[in-house]
Formats: sequence, structure tokens, C-alpha cells
Amino acid sequence: MIYVFDGSLPGLLTAVFEWFERKPGLVVLKSKDAFQPEAFTEVFFVNNDAEKADRVWTGLQKKIKKEWLRKFYCSYLSEIPEAYQHLFQFTIYIFQNEKGAEANYGNNDVMALSKYAKSVEREKHRMEAFIRFQKTGDGMFYASIDPDFNVLPLITNHFKNRYADQQWIIYDLKRKYGLHYDLNTVEEISIDFSADVNKKNPAAILMDEKEELYSLLWKDYFKSANIVARKNTKLHVKHVPKRYWKYLTEKQLG
Amino acid sequence: MSFDRIREKLNILADAAKYDVSCSSSGGTRKNNNKGLGDSHSSGICHTYTEDGRCVSLLKILLTNHCIYDCLFCVSRKSNDVKRAAFTVDEVVELTMNFYRRNYIEGLFLSSGIFKNADFTMERLLLVCKKLRLEQNYNGYIHLKTIPGASDELIKEAGLYADRMSINLEMPTEAGLKLLAPEKSHADVIKPLDFVQKNIAQFSADKKLIKHVPKFVPAGQSTQMVIGATPESDKDIMYTANAFYKNFSLKRVYYSGYVPISDDTRMPVLGTQPPLLRENRLYQTDWLMRFYGFKVQEILNDANPNLDIDIDPKLSWAIRNMQHFPIDINKADYKMILRIPGIGVMSAQKIVQARKFGKLRIDQLKKMGVAYNRAKHFITCVDSPYQLKDYQGTQIKAFILAESHSKYLKTDSNQLILF
Ligand code: SF4
Repeated sequence: MIYVFDGSLPGLLTAVFEWFERKPGLVVLKSKDAFQPEAFTEVFFVNNDAEKADRVWTGLQKKIKKEWLRKFYCSYLSEIPEAYQHLFQFTIYIFQNEKGAEANYGNNDVMALSKYAKSVEREKHRMEAFIRFQKTGDGMFYASIDPDFNVLPLITNHFKNRYADQQWIIYDLKRKYGLHYDLNTVEEISIDFSADVNKKNPAAILMDEKEELYSLLWKDYFKSANIVARKNTKLHVKHVPKRYWKYLTEKQLG
Repeated sequence: MSFDRIREKLNILADAAKYDVSCSSSGGTRKNNNKGLGDSHSSGICHTYTEDGRCVSLLKILLTNHCIYDCLFCVSRKSNDVKRAAFTVDEVVELTMNFYRRNYIEGLFLSSGIFKNADFTMERLLLVCKKLRLEQNYNGYIHLKTIPGASDELIKEAGLYADRMSINLEMPTEAGLKLLAPEKSHADVIKPLDFVQKNIAQFSADKKLIKHVPKFVPAGQSTQMVIGATPESDKDIMYTANAFYKNFSLKRVYYSGYVPISDDTRMPVLGTQPPLLRENRLYQTDWLMRFYGFKVQEILNDANPNLDIDIDPKLSWAIRNMQHFPIDINKADYKMILRIPGIGVMSAQKIVQARKFGKLRIDQLKKMGVAYNRAKHFITCVDSPYQLKDYQGTQIKAFILAESHSKYLKTDSNQLILF
């Protein structure tokens, strides 16, 4: 039996509700993007239902520790197709067992969520570390990213608390949405990049006049802080995998 | 400020500061309550890594590299022929604010050569902190060097603005220090460390009674020892570290493999490779003391005054103490599980939680992150293969070395990957 949901969190939670209503036994959960009809397998299309989703979520809140709600949410944000299946089975497992069952690391789904959450948290942490703002001519601090997982919802608070006295935008180029902080609240935005705008570097003329100085000073600093006698490229790349270099001011030439 | 001059200053004063290896921004508790700029991230953030693989978290600079002292191990020593420079207070403030706003850094690590005298220097460091906190509403991290010999009032005031303070022991023993810096002594370091520690204790005691007590060095103190410039044993080094952790509640002790910067005959010659593997082993020992419940005497003692280079100290200890093994994963205390080579803090915690639900098997241990190929020599679980022979510690060492031969020889210098 295949359950197909729309890829949203309410969709996933509704799917769990439907399973408990029907108890169809083993179910494979797929998002509609990943779903391909198979000839001999029965398919059930999950209709999002806010009330049902809410009941499942509230139930989860009662049954598992807060840190596990977070792991659940992080796993969802991984957007990995197999993660949906584990989330689905995990939730059923939790409801079918006594409180505290999430500590059973011997369970496949528990372990899987713990791993997904770890990767997503690591990506979140990397974004908090590797994002580099550029100050534009109108005083906005701008950064664009394309993280492996959908971590914008996870980094909002960090940046809001930290950069409370400056306007900023963090834009996810892959998922085509961003966050804008206007000195009061953070709002989701989408930007229509016209073809001739370079997404990564809005043209230099749009930049604050001091922007070049500070990016240059930062590059200088990065070079000065290195101790040549200790050079260790392998370790360096392990900490800053090459796919992140494009974010880093200090890794740009010139 | 002029473009080229500020670049030159930054190059000189960052270069001179880099031998202080601490770059941690952890332990801060400051929040951005005044809608200013910045806050502390409890575990710190490395914003980038140098090409030698070290974390870059803070803008680490000297206020000046002019110095009236002549410590042999230091690039800024009076007799060294290097370019000198000094930042103005405002320059440091502006650099910090602008780097922070761009998310380059977690904060500032400010140190200085001693110009004129200790108080004159400390006053200027304090001024930078005050401007950042009071004028710029800056709540990011500040790590400030305490200048030995500065007056108590200045040090105490600085503690109200800094998150962490540190003074370096430099050499692990008094004899070593006297050899390279005759004008200095460990007592110069101990006095201010002790003074700050007492104040930290006082402020936190007050906090229990009174509601609004200002923060005082909330991220605590640290120190650094240079390794390999003088002939101390690993035992000397770690016993000193242990005493300082205990007596001054230090948050961290750093071990910095000496990078030759002088042709004085009392020191390793220029071009000698810094002792990176040794440094790594010292850090591992430090971790075993702080997070794994080991006493320093268990790892280093008169019979074993130096750490093994070919294997990490946890494995060394296990091999020397085979009478404790094998340990039953499904029964043993958390404390003992932590001592098994191949099992780290995270997997040890998972094991004790998971075994409440049923006895654990090998495949489950692997999934929990246990380095099974290493751990298997020291544990039993439900489906452990029956062992015919009782292997000796030396044999196990040979097995493990053979299995991970290349990994050991090319150990990453700063990484604690071997647990
Ligand atoms: S007092 Fe400090 S800066 Fe001056 S030479 Fe000694 S270690 Fe270097």
C-alpha cells in the first residue's frame, strides 16, 4: 500500500492520522514529487486536513521530549524522500508504545531520525557560520545561500537575535525564497531576479562604499592568521568542504 | 582611516597575534537585550578555518606589537627586528563592528605587547571594551588578555566587559620560563588569574542573593602553554595543566606546538617542524581529563612520563589496563563504557539509553556511531563472537595499528578524531 502526500508537514501528519483510522498494515509513504504509479500496488492519496494534522502533532508533543520534536522537524526539513518514510513509521511507533520510546536507539526509525537531524543541524550550524553579508548602498546586509537542506526556518531566530540593529536579507537560491528582517520582524520574501542580475554578487555599484575595504581587510586577516609551518590542507577542507567556498569572502580571489 | 595604512597595521598585528592558539568563542552568555549588535552562542561558532585547519572565530589582534620585554619565544620581543605598529582604540572598535556585522566573526580577541608599562597597556585594552559595550551597544564576544602587573582596579573593571580573560603561562614549568624569559615568572601569571577567579566566584555568589548583578567574565579564564620549546615531559605539562584547571577553575588550557621564530641557541632551530602530533596527544589527554573521567595520574605517571605517539592516550590506557576488559556493554556503568576505546561520549550515552529497551547487538552499536573495529577488542554484547584466545594488550595494539595504519601516520594535527 502506498500513501501519497503533498510533501508538506501537515500532509505528513495527516497521513499518520489516516493510517490509524484505517490500520492498513505496512505502508510506504511518498511525496507526490517522488511518486510513480505502480501497477499492482494500491494507492491512497492523503488529503491535507489541518485538524487531523493538529491532533497528531499535539499527540506527539505529549509523548516525546522537546528535543525529539526538534529532531522530528529537522528530519522533515531534510527533504530526503526516505526521511518521510522514517518519520511516518517513527510517529506510529511512538503512538503504539509507552512514553519514552524515542530513547530506543536500537530502533531503526529512531536511529534514522537521529541521523537526519544531525545532518540538518550541521547544515544549519554551517549556515550560521559561513553566511557572509555584503552591505549594499541602501544599508541592507545581503547574503544568498543554497543549502543542502531547507534550513532557513531553523536559522531565523539566530540571525534575528544577533543582528537586531541592521536590516538583512538571507536568500535561498535553490528553494527560491528568503528572509527579510526590517528591524522589527522577519518575513518571508521571494525575489524576482531578472536574467541580467548576478545573483551571488549584486553589481558592485550597488554596494556600500566601504564594502570593498572590509572584504579586503577580512581577506588580509584570513591570510595573516595562517601559520605556514602548520599547513594542513586536508584538515582545512574537512572543516570547510569545497562546496561552501563560494559563500566565503575570504576564499574569493582578488 | 587610510586604506593602505590600515591594511598594513592589520597585517602586522594579526600576524603577531596568531601564535596564541585559543580562538574559542564558547561559554558566553550575553544576550542582545538592548536591540544592539550581537550575542553569544553558547558553544561558539567557527566562521572559517585557516589553511592549517584551525578555527577562526574571533578577530584576533594585538593592540600593538611594541613591547618593552624580550621573551625569547615571542615574535614581538624587543630585540626582534620586525615592523612595529599600533592600532588606535577607534580603529579596533570600527574593525570589530564591521567584521561582526558581516558575520565574519563571533567577536574580538584583543591582546597587546607591553608598551610603557602594564597599567598604560591595560587601560587602553579596557577602553576598547568600554567603547564597544557602552557606545556601540555591542554584545558580541570579547576575549581579553589580562596584562600581568596591571592594577587590580583595571583588571576588575575589564572583567565587567569581557566574556573571557586569559593569561598565558607560556612555559609549562617555572624552570622553562626562566630559561627563555628571565624577567618573568609563573607567579606573575598566578596572581591575576587568582584575582579574577576570586571575583568570578564573588559575583556568582552575589547573583544568588541579589537579582541584578552585572556579568563578570561569564565565559571564564583560559591559559596557554608553548610545547616543545623547552624540554619538559608530557607528564610535566599535563600535571601543570591539571593543577591550573583545579586551582583556578580554568575553562581551557591550550597547548601550542612551538613554531620556531628565533635563532637563539636555547631554542629549537629555525625550520624545525612544530610538534603537531604531540600537541594533538596532549589535547586528547586534556579531553580525557575533562570529559571522560580520567585522572591525569592514570594516563601519565613516573612509569609513563610521555604519551605514546603511535596510539592515542585512551587506547594506551586500555592496553595497559587489560584487567578491566572485556566490558559488557549491556551491563557496565556509564563511567566504564566511556573508557572503552572506540566509544565516545555521544555513543556511550546512546548505549545506556537504548539498552533499557533490550540487549544490544553489534549492528546496533555500529549504527550508534561506535568504532566497532576498535571497540570489539574491549567489549562483549549479545552476539559477540566467542573468543578462543585471551589476547595480550600488545597483540591488540598490533591488530589495531595494522587495521588503521595509514590513518595514524597521517594524523590530522589538531583533530580529536581518534576516540
Ligand atoms: S611581554 Fe608578551 S608581547 Fe612582550 S615579548 Fe613577552 S610575550 Fe611577547
